[in-house]
Amino acid sequence: MIGRQPDENPAGIHLPLDPLPGHTSRGRLERVLRRGEFAVTTELNPPDSADPEDVYNRARIFDGWVDAINAVDASGANCHMSSVGICALLTRMGYAPIMQIACRDRNRIAIQGDVLGGAAMGVANMLCLTGDGVQAGDQPGAKPVFDLDCMSLLETCRVMRDNGKFLSGRKLTTPPQLFLGAAINPFAPPIDFRPYRLGKKIAAGAQFVQSQYCFDVPMFRTYMQKVRDLGYTEKCFILCGVGPLASAKTAKWIRSNVPGIHIPDQIVKRLEGAQDQKKEGKQLCIDIINEVKEIPGVSGVHVMAYRQEEYVAEIVDESGVLKGRRPWKREIRRDDQLVADRLDHILHDDLTETQVDMVKTAH
Amino acid sequence: MPATTAQAGVTQATIVKKAAPKSDYKPADVSPQRRVQRSFAVRLWSVRHSRLLEWFYGKFADMFLLLHPLWKGIGYSRVEGPVKFVEKRVKGFMFDCRMCGQCILSSTGMSCPMNCPKQLRNGPCGGVRANGNCEVEPDMPCVWVKAWEGSQNMAHGDKIFDVQKPVDQSLRETSAWLRVTAQAAAARNAARNTTKTGASA
Repeated sequence: MIGRQPDENPAGIHLPLDPLPGHTSRGRLERVLRRGEFAVTTELNPPDSADPEDVYNRARIFDGWVDAINAVDASGANCHMSSVGICALLTRMGYAPIMQIACRDRNRIAIQGDVLGGAAMGVANMLCLTGDGVQAGDQPGAKPVFDLDCMSLLETCRVMRDNGKFLSGRKLTTPPQLFLGAAINPFAPPIDFRPYRLGKKIAAGAQFVQSQYCFDVPMFRTYMQKVRDLGYTEKCFILCGVGPLASAKTAKWIRSNVPGIHIPDQIVKRLEGAQDQKKEGKQLCIDIINEVKEIPGVSGVHVMAYRQEEYVAEIVDESGVLKGRRPWKREIRRDDQLVADRLDHILHDDLTETQVDMVKTAH
Repeated sequence: MPATTAQAGVTQATIVKKAAPKSDYKPADVSPQRRVQRSFAVRLWSVRHSRLLEWFYGKFADMFLLLHPLWKGIGYSRVEGPVKFVEKRVKGFMFDCRMCGQCILSSTGMSCPMNCPKQLRNGPCGGVRANGNCEVEPDMPCVWVKAWEGSQNMAHGDKIFDVQKPVDQSLRETSAWLRVTAQAAAARNAARNTTKTGASA
């Protein structure tokens, strides 16, 4: 086999991996997590365009540093390229996307169709979300759907996968093979209910969860303690959400304008005290990663660097969470490369080759 | 994950709002759902007295079940009108009921989840504000923060941990009381039949 990486289908990078016992999906993320490796996921900033290159250029930034890429579904209720579309493009190129499904925009009929469509295109991971309210986005006049909620969506996907049935009970001819995810926010009230809510999500079908931005490590540690006591870490992979803050001003703005993100005062103070706030924001993110990776039960990090995507590689590298492991990277196969080089040589270098000369150089 | 607009100062929503044409008539900046709603005082009282209401509802449901022969005699479809009339007004006053027709108040600490702008039936979203208020309606206490408080007082408060099925929209504006009664009666009959057949066999 030429130039083959682990977790890659030798017949083609766009194809699903071989099924493994105990795995519900044929994707890379589940393999990484089940092997016990510290996983890194990130979020692709969806383009406002119809150009596939925009998606590929944005995905390329993460090459070799992340195990899966979240394709957001109109996050913040702002219109962008759809998550299904982004996933279709990414799977073609061998990436492992996590298809986010928000309940805000589609009813159960549309969502179940998208689950099948996504799975058929090779999407192995789906993240079930409720979604932000429409008032938060650029189309406040839209009709909020919220036909399902994240919990019933999880259950719907699980039933489709395990029982091979739609919500109505109608049979599927080929059920989707999925690794199901959900979101958690340990930093919003009611704080003491949050661990139980994770339990509900696990009961509904969640196999991995990604958390909201973690800026308050002690709070996260308390949450994880409770989650461990309840035994949830055995049933579910928990990825802690982290991200760099661009400046103290941004931190304050997020704190007062984005509900659900909790930023303690000392974080803002630390940023304010720094000379280069952007650099300090990045360092802060690395420090938080180094703290949370030591918490038992944390299986990975979800790096959200909105409009600072170029920092993801540096953050992952400098925090050393991969411990030398190199996640899958899109590479040209060595035989393809040979052909390409040869063609380049013949077409662009000004030379005349004769068989006689070629035999001489070959010996 | 609710994505953030890291760019400081403005959200897309603010830009859209600013670009809207100016008019003398400017309705309150709340969601349409809020516009048909009174204050939450009674709803919050109900949550504070969830234990009492749970006890009362238990008695009430038993009474309704005792009356099952009566409902059946008159015909469920014929009593639906008056029962629904009363149910809508009583639960509307007590809980701001939305007549989803599949009441789960006893699993949600007597806080009606249909009042959540996202109509979540399985717990709070991640957008709850630090003061416990709703992300969509900044001045409204989160329905699920209240539900958690209410369920703590209740004898069967742990029903809040059950995963609820999605709302069946075709049952809207129907009587949950009658549905629950008919189902309970059917379950009771089924149980009787199995014990009978079990005894005879």
